[in-house]
Amino acid sequence: MGKRMGMEVAMAVAEAVALCRIDMAAVYPITPQSHIAEHLSDLVADGKIDAEFVTVESEHSAMSAVIGASATGARSYTATASQGLLLMNELLPVASAMRLPICMAIANRAVSGPLNILNDHSDIMPQRDSGWISIFVENGQEAIDMSIISFKIAEHQEVMLPVNINIDGFQLTHMVEPFEMPTQEEVDRFLPPFVPHATLHPAKPVTMGAFAMSDYFAEIMKAKDEALKNSKKVILDVWEEWAKLFGRTYKPVETYRTDDADILMLTMGSMGETAQIAIDELRGRGIKAGLIKLRLWRPFPFEEIKAAVKNAKKLIVTDRACSFGGPGGPVFCEIKSALYVEAKRPLIYNYIYGLGGRDVPVKDFTGMFEKVMGDTANKLADTYEFWGVRE
Amino acid sequence: MALKSWKELPIGCVVDQPGSASEYHTGSWRSQRPVWDNSKCIKCGICYVYCPEGCVQQMEDGFFKADMDYCKGCGICAHECWPKAIKMVEEG
Repeated sequence: MGKRMGMEVAMAVAEAVALCRIDMAAVYPITPQSHIAEHLSDLVADGKIDAEFVTVESEHSAMSAVIGASATGARSYTATASQGLLLMNELLPVASAMRLPICMAIANRAVSGPLNILNDHSDIMPQRDSGWISIFVENGQEAIDMSIISFKIAEHQEVMLPVNINIDGFQLTHMVEPFEMPTQEEVDRFLPPFVPHATLHPAKPVTMGAFAMSDYFAEIMKAKDEALKNSKKVILDVWEEWAKLFGRTYKPVETYRTDDADILMLTMGSMGETAQIAIDELRGRGIKAGLIKLRLWRPFPFEEIKAAVKNAKKLIVTDRACSFGGPGGPVFCEIKSALYVEAKRPLIYNYIYGLGGRDVPVKDFTGMFEKVMGDTANKLADTYEFWGVRE
Repeated sequence: MALKSWKELPIGCVVDQPGSASEYHTGSWRSQRPVWDNSKCIKCGICYVYCPEGCVQQMEDGFFKADMDYCKGCGICAHECWPKAIKMVEEG
């Protein structure tokens, strides 16, 4: 069994990544990710791990460096947030098209403008279609576990895709939490050495990331889509293996008190734990409320979402970003789209909340339930609202 | 060269045959072809120097011609040829 300890989550993520025996990291510091960069840099400089820490001049360079390193067969890691992720944007689809198993932590933070350093999901949402496996974590333990698990998923011979782990900035990254840190022996048993699908080597020349015209581009995009969809089976297998070894079970969609629930709420990331308290309070009042937590964002778990909502009358989808001028929040769009083909589906409501780090206490979650329960004529169904915004 | 299906593509579209770009015949992009009038050609080699594709070759008799597998028909050779020995002709 691992060690019970307490540590700031960002530093614990760096410790977990070090246990993965990475060959290199290129991390440009940006609030609220900086403690991952700093601690990982310390671990390398102190000789705790045998890895290269490449000090780059921007996130664009960080992603370029890990793409290059991964192509040579190095286990490569980076981390970023907000503007940094946006600066990486043009490289993200390159990493997935080249099928490079890069792992990246995103300390989710609002995107400018106006400048804001606090937590929401407006950084990751515009990266949705970059072809990466995308996972959201709820607490420190999960951030540690997923940091290790992500390498196993990414490097699986049937996957070979980059993975991003979304860790809510400040809400998670800067919390000192108690957790269990796996030992080096345990991680070594779980995570075999990286075997690349191809490497850059002078003795066996290959071209990676070659030019492709219209005669091949569509086939390459189709191959990427299939690879991402097929990765789900491996993700489930790896999570199951982790549960057997470490006793902590992860599913694409977690459910809490949903069995007999009439009205459900869906959250992603750290808000799930607060929402859970709200569910208990509502249940105490005799309201049949339940919670769905969406962990796997890409590949999207269609079957699990459908199964989780099938008996509900109403579903509140919460979003921490807005698709401006569109149908509402990005998660709302996705859930609506997933349920469109179902003959029986709940009425769906959308609240966009917790933007730019605004605090969301339990009473906000109970308030959303109360508002939706009060909508007896279903007038608010299929609409979205900026929760708590001053009129 | 038969086009592969998406299932036949190597993972990450890695090209493992060095020099295989030569199998890609960019000549199919061409809408005009260069035609040399050797009576005007002074064998200066400007067309050979300026061809961005590197497909202009000098023959044993000292005159020049383009490899039509790769000539994209850009017309730079004709533009640079100061004795006006090269004419761009529409492809049929």
